[in-house]
Amino acid sequence: MTKTQTAWHETVLATLKSNDVKLVVYVPDRVFTPLIQAIHDDAFFTTFAAAREEEAIGIITGAWMGGLRGAVLMQTSGFGTIPNALASLVVPSQIPALIFVSERGTLGEFNLGQAMVCKTMRPVLDSLGVEYHTITRQDELAFIIDRSIKQAVATQAPVTFILSPLLTGGKVFAS
Amino acid sequence: MSTAAHNAKVMNRFELTKRLVGQLKHDEAVIGGIGNANFDLWASGQRPQNFYMLGSMGLTIPIALGVAIAQPKRHVIALEGDGSLLMQLGCLATVAMRAPKNLTMVVWDNGIYQITGNQPTASATTADLIAIARGSGLSKSAWAADEDDFDRLFATALKDGGPSLIAARIDHKPAVGATDRDPVQIRERFMRGIGVRD
Repeated sequence: MTKTQTAWHETVLATLKSNDVKLVVYVPDRVFTPLIQAIHDDAFFTTFAAAREEEAIGIITGAWMGGLRGAVLMQTSGFGTIPNALASLVVPSQIPALIFVSERGTLGEFNLGQAMVCKTMRPVLDSLGVEYHTITRQDELAFIIDRSIKQAVATQAPVTFILSPLLTGGKVFAS
Repeated sequence: MSTAAHNAKVMNRFELTKRLVGQLKHDEAVIGGIGNANFDLWASGQRPQNFYMLGSMGLTIPIALGVAIAQPKRHVIALEGDGSLLMQLGCLATVAMRAPKNLTMVVWDNGIYQITGNQPTASATTADLIAIARGSGLSKSAWAADEDDFDRLFATALKDGGPSLIAARIDHKPAVGATDRDPVQIRERFMRGIGVRD
């Protein structure tokens, strides 16, 4: 990536902003660190860490019902903790939850547990009928997120953005 | 081990729910937790500002926190059971960190997983939910000694602001009613009730 190119996290932040997504609740992730930091640094956003991913899902669900758009950030293993919150709250209540997942477990994963939980993520989303996009390219990032947020709100349905290591660089084994 | 809980009177959830709802004069939002907390809230009268959480055990307080963040001028009350709270204790630390002034949490502690067959919870013997809440940073946390004390604690929470947590020891009587089971209808009614939908 050249210095003149917009970084992926700048695009995500700008797209959240242009869609009036003001609340961002996260469970930290190394790859998402620049995004989380940028959101903290921008007064437009209300942002903080939840103790657990399903808690973050509950918070943005309440916020949506109260009239405030929210997104959650987590890594793949965190996604593994939220199927019940999706199946028993978000999907049946028709909540346009915006779920950003930093993809671990593929393209150079060094932790077997991460690789295993990664294999469960898309089947869970498929079985719940939750739309998801695996984003690998910077030039498609804004379009996918912007259109999907608008669709989520218009159709009252959650959407998951899986940010691939091809986009973010991912996490590599520190030898 | 704190003995405060053991000195508190054993009360009735439906009676306390009615007392609580009776104090609501400003269209406060009430988030009812899965099971009997919900059922007695429903039985106390179906205010449009009530949200009945049908699944997602443990997420009552996180949902209430989200509503409180979205609508800082409206007071939000979460009604949660001891078993449900024990499933998601981390949320207490999150609430304390955010410190929303417009959030009050009420925990009905009967010491059992009542819906599933009365198995004992940890709060029946060893866990003190108020000590846990205080340890999480929620300084305005107290056991209600009796019904009058419950009324007083709740009135103070509404008036002085929070976040506050009130725990009440309750008996094993079943809930008085049962909610409808249509999540979309419940959510839409709630959103209209708190002015988000026309």
